[in-house]
Formats: sequence, C-alpha cells, structure tokens
Amino acid sequence: MAPLLLFLFFAYAVPFFGVARWSVTLPEPGVGQYQALVLDPLVQSVFLRTFRICLFVTIAAVAAAYLIAFVLVRGTPLQRLAVEFCVLVPFWISVLTRAFGWVALLSNRGLLNSWGQQLGILSEPLALVRNEFGVVVGMTHFLIPFAVFPLASAMRNLDERVLLAAQGLGASRSRIFWSIFVPMTLPGIIGAALIVFVFALGFFVTPAILGGGRSVMVAELVYLRIFQSPDWGLGSAISVTLVVLVGVLMAALWRFIRPRELAG
Amino acid sequence: MNQRSHAAEIKASSVGKSFGNFWALKDLSLDIGRGEFLTLLGPSGSGKTTFLMILAGFTKPTTGRLMRDGRDITPMPAEDREAGMVFQGYALFPHMSVEDNIAFPLRVRKASGDVIRRKVGAMVERVGLRGHEKKRPAQLSGGQQQRVALARALVFEPSMLLLDEPFSALDKSLREQMQAEVARLHRETGTTFVFVTHDQTEALALSSRIAIFNSGQLLQVGDPREVYERPKNRFVAEFLGEINMLPLSGLSFDGQGANGAFEDRRIFVDETGGNLSGKDTLLGVRPEHMRLVRSPEGAVNALAAMPTGATYGGSATRLELATRSGIKLSLSVPTDEANAALASEGPVWLTWAPERGFLIPPSA
Repeated sequence: MAPLLLFLFFAYAVPFFGVARWSVTLPEPGVGQYQALVLDPLVQSVFLRTFRICLFVTIAAVAAAYLIAFVLVRGTPLQRLAVEFCVLVPFWISVLTRAFGWVALLSNRGLLNSWGQQLGILSEPLALVRNEFGVVVGMTHFLIPFAVFPLASAMRNLDERVLLAAQGLGASRSRIFWSIFVPMTLPGIIGAALIVFVFALGFFVTPAILGGGRSVMVAELVYLRIFQSPDWGLGSAISVTLVVLVGVLMAALWRFIRPRELAG
Repeated sequence: MNQRSHAAEIKASSVGKSFGNFWALKDLSLDIGRGEFLTLLGPSGSGKTTFLMILAGFTKPTTGRLMRDGRDITPMPAEDREAGMVFQGYALFPHMSVEDNIAFPLRVRKASGDVIRRKVGAMVERVGLRGHEKKRPAQLSGGQQQRVALARALVFEPSMLLLDEPFSALDKSLREQMQAEVARLHRETGTTFVFVTHDQTEALALSSRIAIFNSGQLLQVGDPREVYERPKNRFVAEFLGEINMLPLSGLSFDGQGANGAFEDRRIFVDETGGNLSGKDTLLGVRPEHMRLVRSPEGAVNALAAMPTGATYGGSATRLELATRSGIKLSLSVPTDEANAALASEGPVWLTWAPERGFLIPPSA
C-alpha cells in the first residue's frame, strides 16, 4: 500500500496542488480567476454543454448497459459469451482508435452517410459528427462497459426466489420487470449513472475528435487555456472546479453504494 | 376472510423430472384431496422440493401429467396457477412495505383500491401484523417476515398454498408458534396446503397426510399415525423417528398374525404379512412402545438385553442396550429407571404388545 500511496501522492496530489496554487496566484494573487470563471459566458456555456452531454451520455449508456447486463446475467450461456466478448473487446482498443472509428462511420463521407445516399434513403448527408450528437455517440460507446459491471453485479445479487414469488403471485413478465426487477436493482442503476457521469465530465480525446472543435467540453477548454491562449490562471481554476465537482459526485457515489458492489 | 376460497384437488400421474441423466423425481403418482394438509417429507435431494416446484409451475415435469379439479395444468405457467407460495427465506419484496407486499397479488389482479384496502387490512389483522403495515421487510423479525409471506400468499384466496421449508430459519420456540399459526390458517381458510419439510416432528404434528420421499421416489403416503406406526420400509421407519429393529428368522404366518424367532425367544406380531417372504425380515418397534421390566413373565413378547449406556435428556433418559447377539436397542425411560437398570448386575427385560410391532421388508 505504502509505495502506491507514495506514487499517487507524487504523481497526482503534488501536481494538483501546483495547479490549485496557479489558480489563485496567476496572473495575480486572489480569487479573480474564479470570479471570471463564473462571469465568463464562454466558460459558462462550455460547462453547460458539458453537463448536457454528460446527462445524455449517462442516460444512453446506462440504458444500453442495463440491457447488456440483463443478457449477461440472465441470458443463455451462448448469449452470455457473445455479450461478454462484445463488452470486453472495446477495452483492448485505444480510445483514440475508437474515436476515429466513429468518424469513419459517421462523417459526411462516412459509411452510414454514403450507404444511405447510395440506397437513396438520404438525399444529402446527415450531420452525425463534428457536433454534440457525435460526441454523445462516441462517449456513450466508450462508457457502456463501465456501467455494465455495477449493473450486472446488482442483478447477480438479486434473490431469484423473489422473482419466482412475484411470478407465483400472478405477475406477468413485464410487471415483474418493472415492479420488482428494476426497483431492486436501483442502487446499481444509481451507481452506474454516477460512474458514467463522473467519467464523462473529464472526457478529452473523444469530444476533441468527434466534436471537431465545435462542441468543446470542459477538459478541452482547460487544454485550450493552457496551450493555445496562455491563460494558466483561468485554466487552473477550471481544472480545480472540475476536480471539486468530481469529488462531490464521488462522495455521493460512495454514499449510495458500497465500493464492494462496484467491483462486480 | 370468508370461506369463499376454493380448495383445489390435485392428481399427479407418473410425474417425473430429469436433469440430464439424473432423475430428481421418478414416476410419482399422488392424489391431493380438497382442503387437505399434505406434507412432503424427505431428506434434501429426495425430490420433495422438485415436486413442489412442479405443483407451483416453476418447473416443467419431464414426464407425466398434473390435473387440477379434472383439468390438465401440466403446461400452465406459474403466473396462471393461482397458487400461493411461501418460500424458504420468505422472498419478500425488499423495496416494498409490508402493506404493499401483501397487496401485490391483488394489484396484479387489478383489484379496486377499496377491495385491496379491505382485504389487506383483514389479512394484516389475521396474521397479527397490525402496526407494522408501513415497515420494510428488513425492519421485521424472522417471525414477522414469515407472517408477511403467509399473508401475501393467502390474500388472493388461492386454491392451494405451497410452503417450501418455511420454518427452517426460525428458532425452536418461534418455530412451534408459527406451526400453530399455519395450522390455524389451514383450518380457517380451508385451502389445500402442500408443505415441504425435512423435519419429521413438524410433519407428524401438522399434516393430515404425509408423503415420504427418498432419492426421487415417493415411498409411502398416509396419515401421520399410519406412516409412523406402520411404515412400509426401512427408510420410512428410520426417517420418521427412533426405531428398534430385530432380525427375525423362521417367520411364519397363521391367519391372525405372524411369529418368528429372535435369539432364543419367539416373537409375535399382529401382521398378516401380505407379500413378505420369511427371509431377512426385520421386526420394528418404536422405543416408546417398549417397556422395561424385571421379569418376562406374563408378556407375549419379551427379550433380554444388557444396558450399555445412558444419555440424560431432561424429562427422560435414553437408555442404550444390547441383546446377547449384539443387536443395539434404545429406549426412552424415566431417569431413575435408567439408573436402576444400569446399576443392576444382570440383563433387563423388554416387553411390548404384538400390535406394537411391524414387519419391515428387507431393503432392496
């Protein structure tokens, strides 16, 4: 434990405190950068867009992951194997490759649009990428596996007899699903949603590629403030704000479900 | 609750269930009468729970048919069977209050709010849960959870109630209390009860009939007294309680009964024998039907045995004995008698009436 803690301290804590110091010292000491952050309409709109995208991504990823987890836990052995494979494969492919993969699929000359046009379904290409839609698709795809694990774990822990009891009492399949199965796996749903949301907040590569510079999210804004329009103070203040937000959400996550249940 | 609930009559014919090559239940034919309290008794893995699951509709039988009131229900799914079920561990809905748990089967049947309120209220009253309606199952004791499970299974007036080892998690005194409660609910509702247990005392105390299972087979069905006092084979005899067994030789039947030799004594049994052959037949006598006496005079059946030990058990002491040929017997006697027997130098005598003995065919 000790070496790991030491590593984390030097690799993360020390640099973070450096960034936190910049946020109140650059260009001059004070909380001016935080005031600017609250007042700057650009920063505001980026935060707003980030929350909006994260919300869509969370809903889409958790819904998809719920179905996947359901098959993973309750499907036939063959279905389980297939789903397990499909969930694990994306982990072996880098986030960069996957983002470009989506560009290849969704761009104006991408597979979807060219097929659509060849088949005569589309008269002109749909704007599927270089906008928020593309960002949501790419991020959702990336985050689904992270939601599958807590959901599958919640479903696995569910006492089979409770479902049998509901069936024996006369409940239909859809009734059992909505009145028993979903409420009983709600802690897993909340856990999965928080994980996805927290991960989504800090996304950088996927929105940078699939957003095409038009759908800038918070992490990309930090990058721009540090590397392109040198404004280290504001960039640092945004970073600190993001870390605090993630911290608050993580604390909420810890309250809702015990870490054991996340491990799967 | 009034007596509106209709009690089902079940006929199982040649019902079997296999998992691959393993037969969990073999060729079971059994009639369950209207309003009867039938206990399925057997060790774990004997097929009793498999049969209960087939009755509930959770398990599809591999062979055979199941009729309810003259109608074939073999392919009917569980949700259409109108059978209340109490699971081992109760299987309550943890996210619902006591009230909502009990109301669930009524809501599923789209009962009106008024009907639900009235029936749930009556059921809460009946199982003694007044004041706990708003609690979650996790806030209740084991006995209270059990009551919720019973109320939930009975509130829709099912034509049969299936109970799967419902008392296995309760301590002894609570267990006895709940047994009395289940017996009362059976009397009051008049519904057919099918109860699974591995506890023979529970089975003897509660049932109108007992079906004894072992390794997937139904061995014997009968009322508690019949199966206890006239077990058809060695397994049933041993499973239902303590038993003393003596090998009889030269068994012969004479119209009124049978007699055979054990050691140097002739032993009489009130049994006409049926298809028993004389070879390797055992005589069974329940320990409580044997008496410890000073001399064999005047007794029809008597045998000499040496006391070998005693286990103190509070109200009575279990005395261990061995006959001359080394057959071990046990007997439940008052502690003083056990001590006197152990203190005496020679053998003691055991006597029993001919009608207390029964013949056990040699086990296959």
